[in-house]
Amino acid sequence: MSMQVILAQALLGLNVGVFYAMLSLGLAVIFGLLNIINFAHGAMYMLGAFIALIGYSLLEQWFGISLQIGFWASLLVAPLIVGILGVTIERFMLKRLYDLDHIYGLLLTFGITLILQGLFANYFNVSGTPYPGQPESLSGVVNLGFMYFPTYRLFAIIFSLVVCFATWYVIEHTKLGSRLRAGVENPDLTQAFGLNVPLMITLTFAFGAGLAGLAGVLAAPIYSVSPLMGADLIIVVFAVVVIGGMGSIMGAILSGLALGLIEGLTKVFYPPAASTVIFFLMVLVLLFRPAGLFGKEK
Amino acid sequence: MINRVLFIIMLVAGLGAPFYAYPVFVMDLLCFALFACAFNLLLGYAGLLSFGHAAFFGGAAYITGYVTKEWGFGPIFGILAGTGFALILGTIFGFLAIRRQGIYFAMVTLALAQIIYFLALQMPFTGGENGLQGIPRGELFGFISLNNEIAMYYFVFAVFMIGFAIIHRTINSPFGEVLQAIRENESRALSLGYDVDHFKLLAFIISATLAGTAGATKAVIFQFAALTNAHWQTSGEVILMTLVGGLGTIFGPVLGAITVGALSHELSAFGSWVQVILGTVFVVCVMVFRRGIVGEIQHRLLKKKADK
Repeated sequence: MSMQVILAQALLGLNVGVFYAMLSLGLAVIFGLLNIINFAHGAMYMLGAFIALIGYSLLEQWFGISLQIGFWASLLVAPLIVGILGVTIERFMLKRLYDLDHIYGLLLTFGITLILQGLFANYFNVSGTPYPGQPESLSGVVNLGFMYFPTYRLFAIIFSLVVCFATWYVIEHTKLGSRLRAGVENPDLTQAFGLNVPLMITLTFAFGAGLAGLAGVLAAPIYSVSPLMGADLIIVVFAVVVIGGMGSIMGAILSGLALGLIEGLTKVFYPPAASTVIFFLMVLVLLFRPAGLFGKEK
Repeated sequence: MINRVLFIIMLVAGLGAPFYAYPVFVMDLLCFALFACAFNLLLGYAGLLSFGHAAFFGGAAYITGYVTKEWGFGPIFGILAGTGFALILGTIFGFLAIRRQGIYFAMVTLALAQIIYFLALQMPFTGGENGLQGIPRGELFGFISLNNEIAMYYFVFAVFMIGFAIIHRTINSPFGEVLQAIRENESRALSLGYDVDHFKLLAFIISATLAGTAGATKAVIFQFAALTNAHWQTSGEVILMTLVGGLGTIFGPVLGAITVGALSHELSAFGSWVQVILGTVFVVCVMVFRRGIVGEIQHRLLKKKADK
């Protein structure tokens, strides 16, 4: 097997890995402050992709507005809309469940997932619609010296990495981040110091949701946009989160990237296991390091 | 008191069902009812949310289908084989999953179940997306043909009643009491000297095994092991049934399975809207109807008693 094939699959794996990283990062940020797992994270990713698709090609047909939201604008608009949906869900529903067992938050967001998926499955083909709006400037391939790689995929990798590390930086090294971490550590005390913890919680949820929406827009030109695109992904991301542990932001990012890479390489060496390799790794981690690689059990 | 009344209603309604309802539909409901009861043992009594029960339900269906079709097993041994598979799988999954708590437990079970889903999709004998077809119903004790709908129905009803009795017995045993203690306060149960992990594992295994029985029986009824039965959406459906009927009540899951099953059946003409409606029911249940139907009735009756 040539080195080139392996490197190519590794890069493609990294491409999947950045999506895992962005989604598990969002889950980890939300979990830190709210202590719930957002099952709807996959649906929000799908929603992001659909907003990009609708904004680009269906606004006129559906709403009679002669407006086209291009790819670059979608990178802003989609996370915003998904974030607003996040605020609505948190303010009107999740908020009422904080005093109960955390599994109710999971169940609620599972219900929301079914609703969102069902809604889009009514109007769009389950097998997927291609996104036509990939910008001209990102089409074609780049020569990386050892291989040619699609420009758009390279852009998606770099852009996602920048977003992930910027999030990490903000949380770990800024004043805003230190307040957030204080809220995670001890919400009551933080509130007593005069910080508006409920607002922080709402905005954090919105941010996590927006991150999922952003990942969706980035994924739209690569994969076909389908109502089920998020559901299949989110279960893998759950395994990623179990492997990495949700104790650390960097842990969530790194385990996402690493597992994408491993999945990509499995496609080279033993293709039938590519869809399950992450789950088997999860089993190993559970056996030998139950709290996760970067985990501190809460 | 209310349980006794509900039991008699269930028995009479179950025995008479083939005379007023379409037997295959009722058999389908009975399988889901047993599935939901088994699930409820885990979530309602031990407080463990498994998001991977479809693996036992769907996985057992494939095994039963395979042994009856290829090895010529009869219906009883076929179902036992599927049940045995669920028992082994439940032991493995349970052993791994109880290493994490709460929300992680749900994610681990979901991810483990996805392995079974992919195996069902990819293994050579499962028929991929088409599922395992052409499973024979066979003959009971060698002479009662189950191709007769009425015979099939009473066989399924018997399986359901046996499963229900096992669950009822488990819940009302000292073992069941300890499970509820763990649900209410795990660290206190631990400090009282109970080996909490041991109890959780056993509850998980019993629940998985009976979920397998339900799936295995379904395969015999429909002569078909479907890939959808192993999909995570089935795990979600069984949660919904249990929630609608009443978490931690004995008859809740049965009523919940009938309600959700009938709802899906009535709405099947609406395509993807069914998912939207089920999702909405889910949200409503979580937000305002957490006791479920039976739980709500019990709560009202108890309150009335207390007021007197």
